[in-house]
Amino acid sequence: MIGVVADWLGAACLVAGALLALAAGIGVLRFPDALSRMHAATKPQVLGVLLLLLGIALRLRSPADLGVILLVAVFQLATAPVAAQMIGRAAYRSGRLDRSLLDADELAERPTGGGSGDGHAQPG
Amino acid sequence: MTEAGAAPGPPTPPRGRFGRWRDQALALGWLVVVWILLWGDVNVGNLIGGLLVGSAVLLFFPLPAVSFGGRLRPGALLAFACRFVVELVSASLHVARIAVQPGYRPRGAIIAVTLRVPTDLNLALTAEAVSLVPGTLIIEVDRDTSTLYLHVLDTHAPADLALSRERTLDVERRIVRAVGSAAELRRVEPDPAEKGNSQ
Repeated sequence: MIGVVADWLGAACLVAGALLALAAGIGVLRFPDALSRMHAATKPQVLGVLLLLLGIALRLRSPADLGVILLVAVFQLATAPVAAQMIGRAAYRSGRLDRSLLDADELAERPTGGGSGDGHAQPG
Repeated sequence: MTEAGAAPGPPTPPRGRFGRWRDQALALGWLVVVWILLWGDVNVGNLIGGLLVGSAVLLFFPLPAVSFGGRLRPGALLAFACRFVVELVSASLHVARIAVQPGYRPRGAIIAVTLRVPTDLNLALTAEAVSLVPGTLIIEVDRDTSTLYLHVLDTHAPADLALSRERTLDVERRIVRAVGSAAELRRVEPDPAEKGNSQ
């Protein structure tokens, strides 16, 4: 009985995750500039992957698989923002953004002068 | 872990070295756990392999020390996690909706948010949580002034920018409530006098 419920819940999670991944793909295709596209590539995609993992976990239900699924989820949450930030920063510095779509740009007016400043040492 | 060195200044050498060793041992422990989870099986071979690989990782890829001066508060941590999931779902649905909405061109804005607790750990955790959560993307981090530069998607009015700023500071407050020290907590708790100059 529990197994059947878990199977159906898992199936629902898989479908929902796949739909979110589809929406993310459409967003990457349709959004007007690089920065907006990064939103589509991080937000629904992260939840999409988490739902897929939850769905798989509900179907498999063995401790060894759950451990690996947990690891995938943790690394997904830890690395997606880093990748998004690196791409967003590269896009901004190389001027690949549509300023007519921006309501404000407080990075351009920061005290250290412009977005060209590279004086910030990366930690490590 | 809960009674970490509360002294914010430079620690005395013996204590600093002890703290460093303890941090390394903790990191090694986590790496061994990850290794065992990857193999999906607990046995002596995996334990030794994990210790070897973990030591090699710590030796060849040293990281700058992160000082953890606060303590974990399980209740606040749970509150943060629940709120995080809620915001993750609502942000995902929001972005997914405007992605499939026909003929819609979202506008955006880049705003600067200066955090109130200028530690590396707080900066990193807040940046992680914010860029996973509500329609915001980090494009630049200024470590010296602990300022995050965010790209906010789908803005309509200047009020939206103020709202995003508020939300980011709320995320910071919840993180500090969960893992911060008492002194850090005092800096983020809402205070009518502080509210004005918190940007």
